[in-house]
Amino acid sequence: MTQKLDVLQETPSQTAGPYVHIGLMPTYAGNGGYYEEEIGTTPFVDESKAKGEIIEIVGSVFDGTGWALRDALIESWQCDAGGVFPGADGADPAFTGHCRFAADAVTGEFTLRTVKPGSYKGRGGTVSAPHISLWVVARGINIGLNTRIYFEDEANDDDPLLNRIEQRPRVDTLIAKKIEDGKYRFDIRLQGQDETVFLDL
Amino acid sequence: MTSLITDQGPLIPRNRAIHPEPYDPAYKTSVSRSPNLPLLSMESSPSEETGPTFGHNKLGALDNNLILNWTKGAAPAVGERILMHGRVLDENNRPVPNTLIEIWQANAGGRYRHKKDTYFAPLDPNFGGCGRTITDENGYYEFLTVRPGAYPWPNRANDWRPMHIHISIYGHSFGQRLITQMYFEGDPLIDHCPIAATIKDRSQLDRLVAPLDFSKSRPLDFLAYKFDIVLRGRRQTMFENKLEGM
Repeated sequence: MTQKLDVLQETPSQTAGPYVHIGLMPTYAGNGGYYEEEIGTTPFVDESKAKGEIIEIVGSVFDGTGWALRDALIESWQCDAGGVFPGADGADPAFTGHCRFAADAVTGEFTLRTVKPGSYKGRGGTVSAPHISLWVVARGINIGLNTRIYFEDEANDDDPLLNRIEQRPRVDTLIAKKIEDGKYRFDIRLQGQDETVFLDL
Repeated sequence: MTSLITDQGPLIPRNRAIHPEPYDPAYKTSVSRSPNLPLLSMESSPSEETGPTFGHNKLGALDNNLILNWTKGAAPAVGERILMHGRVLDENNRPVPNTLIEIWQANAGGRYRHKKDTYFAPLDPNFGGCGRTITDENGYYEFLTVRPGAYPWPNRANDWRPMHIHISIYGHSFGQRLITQMYFEGDPLIDHCPIAATIKDRSQLDRLVAPLDFSKSRPLDFLAYKFDIVLRGRRQTMFENKLEGM
């Protein structure tokens, strides 16, 4: 017998199920007014004071048959326009960096209204291109899926994560397309052709 | 010069073997919703090592009392009254204080208050089915609620969900984000549930089964079930700290 390790194992995940909105977005579930203040309805403390460009990202989450999920719930987390994560010294006080949004129950389309993130320096001084982290849950997804939104109008060539993708055409699955000023499209494909790159981080 | 061990390193890589299989034909919806291609592995970065924080000021006094929170205290929900309690720890066996836990569940009859749930068990006019709280400085949390009912669901012809409570936890970094479900000791439906069975290692599924806990039960009021949660930890690294003047 060897010595016993002191570490614990993470609790296993289970699917968020079809009724995840009850817990995380009660108003969407038809239970508006449940809480005095719902969490994550917007990443802004005060949109009129937030620094940087305000953008909207629209898209859908598609299953392997090409059907847009009507019950997907997504969370985002990002740094502010200056590349500082909320909570750190110097972060924009008008911005929380975190948002919850859901696929529309009729159309399957989601909208994220936020600020365009800046770039930041990580471990070893590597600079990450501007991106928003996403976490996707739904019925049928047994463990939440992590991915990122990058932007086609930013310099992505030296991004350390994008550069790890061996099949170069797959990089495009992480890049939001500009459809007009301040508006981008970012679709998530759970499987099949153009399957989104999901992350094990 | 002094040095000390800190846990500000990258997140400990996730052990996917303890988690459910993303693709599991017995859980039909997973077939078209699971990635076919391997996930891209990468050391965590500030995007995953930081995360949102939530203060107590966002929470209402009844937010962790599902027996009363839907009616704002006016009338209690129907069902077997239970206290769900436990601790949130990380993989380094340290408590995770001040982190948000949210739960949601069916009522005692097995019906969710959701516009898409059409099961004919009735809604309880005094039960909403969600709650939230923030762990204390030692990582403890508790909810007062009713035991949810089992219910049938469209999968194979006659599948039933065991009694369960859904749990969402943040931790302190976005890479720790976790949703799971708590089951109840002794529920025979656990062994028949294709969602529970997406976890292939039975000893790992057992970690989602809360034991009855008489130590926290209040006589003539409620039973208690204990449910501890472990979130990912960060790698501990030696941090060298130069003292001033040296």
